Amino acid sequence: MKRHVLSVLVENQSGVLSRVSGLFSRRGYNIDSLSVGETEDPKVSRMTIVVRGDDHILEQIKKQLNKLIDVIKVVELDPEQSVFRELALIKVKTNMTTRASVIEIVDIFRANIVDVAADTLTVEMTGDEAKIEAFIALMDSYGIAEIVRTGLTALQRGNKAIKNLNEI
Amino acid sequence: MADCEGVIDLKASEAIIKCLLEEQVDTVFGYPGGYILNVYDALRRSKINHILVRQEQAAAHSASGYARVSGKVGVCIATSGPGATNLITGIATAYMDSIPMVIFTGQVKSSLIGRDVFQEADITGATESFTKHSYLVKNANELPRIIKDAFYIASTGRPGPVLIDLPDDIQSEEIEFKYPDTVDIRGYKPTTTGHMGQIKRAVKAIEKSSRPLIIAGGGVILAKARAELLRFVEKTGIPVVHTLMGKGALPSQNPHYVGMIGTHGFAEANMAMAKADLLIFIGARIADRAWGGVGDKIPKSVKIIHIDIDPAEIGKNVGTQIPLVGDAKYILTEMTEKIGKLDNSQWLSEIQASKKPQKSGSSDRVEPKYAVRLLSDKLNDNAVLVADVGQNQIWAARNFEDRPNRHFLTSGGLGTMGYALPASVGAKIAEPERQVVAVVGDGGFQMSIQELGTIAANNLGIKIILFNNSRLGMVRELQERRFGKTTEVFLDKNPDFIKLCSAYGIEGIRVNNNSELEKALEVAIEKEGPFLVECLVDPTESTL
Repeated sequence: MKRHVLSVLVENQSGVLSRVSGLFSRRGYNIDSLSVGETEDPKVSRMTIVVRGDDHILEQIKKQLNKLIDVIKVVELDPEQSVFRELALIKVKTNMTTRASVIEIVDIFRANIVDVAADTLTVEMTGDEAKIEAFIALMDSYGIAEIVRTGLTALQRGNKAIKNLNEI
Repeated sequence: MADCEGVIDLKASEAIIKCLLEEQVDTVFGYPGGYILNVYDALRRSKINHILVRQEQAAAHSASGYARVSGKVGVCIATSGPGATNLITGIATAYMDSIPMVIFTGQVKSSLIGRDVFQEADITGATESFTKHSYLVKNANELPRIIKDAFYIASTGRPGPVLIDLPDDIQSEEIEFKYPDTVDIRGYKPTTTGHMGQIKRAVKAIEKSSRPLIIAGGGVILAKARAELLRFVEKTGIPVVHTLMGKGALPSQNPHYVGMIGTHGFAEANMAMAKADLLIFIGARIADRAWGGVGDKIPKSVKIIHIDIDPAEIGKNVGTQIPLVGDAKYILTEMTEKIGKLDNSQWLSEIQASKKPQKSGSSDRVEPKYAVRLLSDKLNDNAVLVADVGQNQIWAARNFEDRPNRHFLTSGGLGTMGYALPASVGAKIAEPERQVVAVVGDGGFQMSIQELGTIAANNLGIKIILFNNSRLGMVRELQERRFGKTTEVFLDKNPDFIKLCSAYGIEGIRVNNNSELEKALEVAIEKEGPFLVECLVDPTESTL
């Protein structure tokens, strides 16, 4: 099933996240990730939702989201015209012999080491999904203690913007 | 706050009542309790009529019946916790049938929310998937705006229930009250006028088709578009079938009327669906019960026009070539204006010729299909029939004649047993001058039997037609068909319903067979107050 990235502007109110996530579970839509945060307007939040489904399901998802009173606008982001990023923190098991080579890979990936302990290194990396997956795969042989990922967040490229909220 | 024009200081509970008056609410249905006391105290001092039900679920069904007959928003009130959770089935019933309703629930004090205190329940969370919208009020000053928005959301676009949860402390706060004049919700702008290009495409497709068919749903009735449908049909000669919720969209005596579709519909109506080259759905969801038994017979080549106010309904259950989002009343008016006079008489007579006369059973007891037909003949042209759920619903739907000013109410979407009695309370209170008849089975009757108390206390002249087969008849049938054996459907130890009604001060007659029926119905209709006609029905009586 095809992957789609939806950018959803919602009222920044309690209960909105529950309404949106509840909609996906009760209608049986598959959701890969959902990230949410405040926008340039503190009354509006933006959710980036990654969903899987055919065109029919995607159309239903968009329509059902639009039906929610607190949803202001739903836009499907075109991968060619958008910047997709995800943040991951990866705690890698290291020892005296492996530490140097882990650091080397971290550098190649332009990631950062944000915490060092006797037997672990915590790496912060930002990128698209493929880059993070590749890094995780490489770290697997050293042993991964913990991973946390934010889920995808995205914006349209250039001067395109989802705006003029009162005119829509 | 005297310096701001029109603003007055008011207790929030008083403000709620003032908002209701602004919304022309004259009747509310409810049941008081500990965390809604402030609202009830304000209600006591107002001119709003409060109908005390006997269980909260009935308050929601009554508000629904009231809304459907009056065309206004139905309002119900309950306390927190169990009061609110008892409403749930009623709210879900209204949601599935798109009934405009505003529900007020009490809630524990704001500072106690989340601590699982006495009579606390997360009602906005619990009803999230079957309310059109809901509010947990956190700031009393927002109440006028919230109530204004709630009534607007409930009654516009595709109607539905909106819930407002009122913490106890919020109800007694002093607020600066001014009722907003306008509504502006940026995430809610329902489309009412159809897209002109699409309307033209639809008209062209209809003119080009040789066997067009209209499938009218509940949306035609909700949009108050019955007259517009009639004009469209008269100009185009297109035959009309309908869903259960669409019953009443076109009078049964109209020459273009074919009948109800679906698993419990008429063969000729389903046949017309299968033979048509163009299907025009108007305000119909086309869910499984309507599509069942016919959906797989419809050729892929058929063209579909789907008119609905809710864009999400279009393409949800069936694909469509010409989607038309908007209000059925507006779109039908536009289409009638734009379309040329058509001749569909050959196609129509082909369908009408396939109509078979209704089967009449032979039973030593009361034959329910005959009983509904007889009842229908005896009732006025503007009678309201409220059918419960089960075999009685189908007997009623298939045999009650639709006339232009009649109303047929039932729980079509959720299929809620126990709907009819409380919904008929709402219908009778909305329009006391009209005849209101509740058709129930012995199962569903006992799910809301406590409402005999509400009926008696308010001396509501509701006529109850009880089909007593001492069975859960439809379940019995399903079990026999699927498993060959029946279980847990036997109600042979039913109470004496005549005596039971008599305990409430409600008169009744027991009818043993068809020959006693006419007289009993005449007596029931003649009597001023509520009346029970208990029809004894053979336990093996079939639905169709």
